[in-house]
Amino acid sequence: MVVTTSWYLALAAVLFSMGAVGLLTRRNPLIMIMCVELMLNAVNLTFVSLGAELGDLGGQLSVFFVLVVAASEVVVGLAVVVAIMRRRQGATVDDLSVLRG
Amino acid sequence: MDAAVFLISAAIVLAGAGGVLVARSPVHAALFLVQTLFGVSVLFVLQDATFLAAIQVIVYAGAVVILFLFVIMLLGVDRFEDLGVEPIVGQRPVAALIGASLLGMLLIALLVSVDEPTGAHGANAALGDAADNTRRLGEALFTDYVFAVELTAILLTIAVIGAVVLARKVRGPLAPLPVVVVASATIEDPEAGDGPTDTTDGHAAGEDT
Repeated sequence: MVVTTSWYLALAAVLFSMGAVGLLTRRNPLIMIMCVELMLNAVNLTFVSLGAELGDLGGQLSVFFVLVVAASEVVVGLAVVVAIMRRRQGATVDDLSVLRG
Repeated sequence: MDAAVFLISAAIVLAGAGGVLVARSPVHAALFLVQTLFGVSVLFVLQDATFLAAIQVIVYAGAVVILFLFVIMLLGVDRFEDLGVEPIVGQRPVAALIGASLLGMLLIALLVSVDEPTGAHGANAALGDAADNTRRLGEALFTDYVFAVELTAILLTIAVIGAVVLARKVRGPLAPLPVVVVASATIEDPEAGDGPTDTTDGHAAGEDT
């Protein structure tokens, strides 16, 4: 059995969809950020697979920058969560409707 | 051989993702996330992306998940949630429907794209073998993409400053988040709303003349 690019892409699609479902169903902000990480990983897998398919280094270069953006996103997102949780213990994203202007 | 490695790591990846979805405790979810990240890292190795596999383990599993665990422990939110109740009625069936349709669309788009690849082969830089991967990535990053690398440095600096500003201790007692509806507060005082509108109108008129 030969592993083709389609296998990786199908796996990435399943992983992305699972992350999206988690983002829609979970209410804990920390777990929602983790689901975003799942989706980012699915995209990274797609980049690397298509880069390997096309024999191009560009896919891996894109993954490098996605990693940097993901790291900054986690840092700022967790800082926001810390700032909110200090004010109200155990806050879920539904409680954040008080932030509407 | 490749197929066996792919199938095992795909099972690890999907089991980890499922664990993140249904874990009742954030700590368990973070550990399941590590499992998924390791599985993706193995898939990177399988595709000769050795540098990214190492970075995946070091940055994601080593730094990002540790940051998650740090925040969980710091805030003391590592208690079990009750997942039995739906916060919004009908949320989960709708989310499952959206997820299934998203999966269908992604599968169609991605699998069709492989049958007819549109990109030029090796248009940017040729993909080396696994042993050559890090050198080629470094050369490309610090020659063709050096401006983008500088921009990521600025982005990371901004993220650090933003995190420090957001998470710093505020002096004085913290007021609890208001639970009243914000809209009613604005209706109570109509004069306050008129004042700024008048000044902006007068300002704009003054600028016109």
